[in-house]
Amino acid sequence: MSLILLIEQVLNGLQFGVTLFLMAAGLTLVFGVMGLINLAHGSLFMVGAFAAAAVAGATGSFVLALGAALAAAAAAGALVEVLVIRRLYARDHLDQVLATFALILIFSEGTRWVFGSFPLYLNIPAALSGPISLPGGIEYSTYRLFLIGVGIAVAIGLGLLITRTRLGIQIRAGESDREMIAALGIDISRLYTIVFALGAALAGLAGALVGAIQSVQVGMGEPVLILAFVVIVIGGIGSIKGALVGAVLVGLTDTLGKLLLPGVFALFMPASSAATVGSALASMAIYILMAAVLIWRPTGLFGVRA
Amino acid sequence: MNPVLETRGITKSFGAVEASRGISLDLRPGEIHALIGPNGAGKSTLIQQIAGKLRPDAGSVHLLGEDVTALGVAERARAGLGRTFQVSALAMEDTVLQNAVLGALGARGGRVPLFRSALRDADLRATAEAALDRVDLLDSADMQTAALSHGQRRQLEVAVALTLKPRAFVMDEPMAGLGAEGSARLTRFLDGLRDEAPILMVEHDMDAVFALADRISVLVYGQLIATGTRDEIRANPDVRAAYLGEDA
Amino acid sequence: MIPERWLNAALTLGLLAVPLWALWADEPFTITLATKVAILALAGVGLNIALGIGGLVSLGHAAFFGVGGYAMGILAHHAQTFQPMIWGLEGTKSMPIIWLTALVSSGLAALAIGALTLRTSGVYFIMITLAFGQMFYYFAISWPAYGGEDGLSIYVRNGFPGLNTLDPIQFFAIAFTALMLALFLHARLKASPFGLALNAARQSPDRVETVGLSPFRLRLLAFVISGAITGLAGALFADLNRFVSPTMFSWQLSGELIVFLLIGGVARLYGPVVGAAVFIFLEHHLGGISEFWQIGLGVLLLLIVLFARGGLIGLVAGEKR
Repeated sequence: MSLILLIEQVLNGLQFGVTLFLMAAGLTLVFGVMGLINLAHGSLFMVGAFAAAAVAGATGSFVLALGAALAAAAAAGALVEVLVIRRLYARDHLDQVLATFALILIFSEGTRWVFGSFPLYLNIPAALSGPISLPGGIEYSTYRLFLIGVGIAVAIGLGLLITRTRLGIQIRAGESDREMIAALGIDISRLYTIVFALGAALAGLAGALVGAIQSVQVGMGEPVLILAFVVIVIGGIGSIKGALVGAVLVGLTDTLGKLLLPGVFALFMPASSAATVGSALASMAIYILMAAVLIWRPTGLFGVRA
Repeated sequence: MNPVLETRGITKSFGAVEASRGISLDLRPGEIHALIGPNGAGKSTLIQQIAGKLRPDAGSVHLLGEDVTALGVAERARAGLGRTFQVSALAMEDTVLQNAVLGALGARGGRVPLFRSALRDADLRATAEAALDRVDLLDSADMQTAALSHGQRRQLEVAVALTLKPRAFVMDEPMAGLGAEGSARLTRFLDGLRDEAPILMVEHDMDAVFALADRISVLVYGQLIATGTRDEIRANPDVRAAYLGEDA
Repeated sequence: MIPERWLNAALTLGLLAVPLWALWADEPFTITLATKVAILALAGVGLNIALGIGGLVSLGHAAFFGVGGYAMGILAHHAQTFQPMIWGLEGTKSMPIIWLTALVSSGLAALAIGALTLRTSGVYFIMITLAFGQMFYYFAISWPAYGGEDGLSIYVRNGFPGLNTLDPIQFFAIAFTALMLALFLHARLKASPFGLALNAARQSPDRVETVGLSPFRLRLLAFVISGAITGLAGALFADLNRFVSPTMFSWQLSGELIVFLLIGGVARLYGPVVGAAVFIFLEHHLGGISEFWQIGLGVLLLLIVLFARGGLIGLVAGEKR
């Protein structure tokens, strides 16, 4: 197995991690500020992907498609927040789980009603298609490298938002003491809607970006959502830094696990069983990582709430 | 006389914050020992370490001469440590009787049968009802706990804790949330309790403290600055400085 | 306001009446539907022990449903292909042995998962149980020996001594009996000292600790019993369909189980029965009208969560106790 292949897979792992980071950041923000667990976050990922595919199909412009994804997801998020989510802040987690599960049903079947059951396709824009040459003679997909770049940009942007803007201060204050910021006269409703819509936009962006690599179909969001939960558990609820670290860890573990585990087992097993056992275990690798982190740090690596 | 409960050099930090700095105090048989101090002094943190909820970074906790530092909350409870909370820890949806039966269950040493009926168990019932009778709550046995007044809840909490026949009590602001009448009633009750089980209490209500406490310890910024009788503490210049912020 | 006991009795009779009518009217499909209700209700009863009494919001109970299903699938597969399993053990198509295996294996799975997850609480617990459900799902997909993504077909229904299990009404009787036993167990647990302590741990873990009991141990035991019962339901479900597949581990199924409890009434004894019945009814009848019936289901769920939190039993029988 060559170094080039390894580096390629590491990059793939980072790209996967970026997707997870975009999902996890929104989730962890919403939980940190509003104390709400949102299962419908995956639906917002899907909404972004469908909006992008629809707009790209109609206009041929990837840039417009991305814009549409952000707008559609943010709008859907804001709408859902005002109609449903805000009634859940005071409720217990079971109620939040049930209500947002209901939203998944509505979003999924609603999307299927509008767009049908067949997947849509979103094409990688011509400017980003094809390979790019990296140092060391490695050829890597330009688009995937672009994704990694977007992820880094978003991480930096979020960091700046949280640390340098008034909104960021309100978010951080809200994370540490919810009752206090209400007492300080900050418009809580508006803040919550904005935070929720921001998280939704990130999810929609992730959906649109991933939609070009995989197909755009109903139900695409939930597997990513669940992995985002794993990321948050590993990174710690409420921590953007934790989301980033967790996302990279999960992305790399998954990709490298699938690459290396069959090989590891081939060292002491016949090749065919090694492939089977290796890939089965690779599919569980992320969860084993999560379990290991849990045993060591039950509130995650950078958990804000002890 | 050997102390019933003792801490030796309890030290705990949370990052840069030193919440407990080498705290050593004891609780003697038959006494009520009050722990006072300004907000943020670390009283709650100390109580949690005594109760077993937090592990100290250094130092030890001793109950009846045994080192219990490594034991958890449940184990210390079984070893004889009773506890009440600032906000009464009770099963609010359950009835008064059910809470008392829970206590009786604990008193039986952790055997929790799966198939017998809890409320029809004559043994559990008798223990529970006796505990309720002691705090005059037997008539309210079928009331939902959430419907009780603060004072009644506090008494229920003490009653539940008493079913385990504790050898020492740790109480976190027992007077919190009680009006004048409730405080007076609880004060009388605790007064009568001290011979059965000495009490270490964190308290802000100075009337109660000076009415009940045999000894008072003062905690400021994680450090024990004085321990003594009521008069000694009242006259202590360090204490006055800590509370009044000036040389007295 | 109908007293809950009467309501429960009426529901029991109703669940019996429907297949008996179907037997008389020669509608075997309806008997199968009723059997499906009984089995899914059984899975829900399992969850209700952990969630209703203990307050453990497990979003991964499909893990146990699937383990039970695959326990049946693996044993029956080896029996029908006449291949021995590891260590020379033979497969079997005997229901009692299969059920025992399902109970033990899903109980063990619950022990393992519970030991890890019950150290956390709140949102962490929810997310982690969901994640572990997914882990089983992906593992089942990638293990080719038992069908992988395509699943495993069991050609003939398993056997129960003295009964013709292929006869729909007799299989229904088996499922119904299992459900009744599980409901009886739930009721006894709830009234027992264990149930009292577990319920108290849900409301005030501090209080339970300070009377010398361990909330962790109480919850772990509840989780194991809960997982075992849901696992038994999984084995029966696989037998009903004569098919096991990774979808038995899916997050959708975990969500559906909690939805049953919501519709019927969380923590209510017969909550899962009402919930499963309503769900199957909606799936069958609304599903016949529109393939997008789940939008309606979603709206119904939202309405229940927001405005009728006690579920249908709550509406009919009033607040608990």
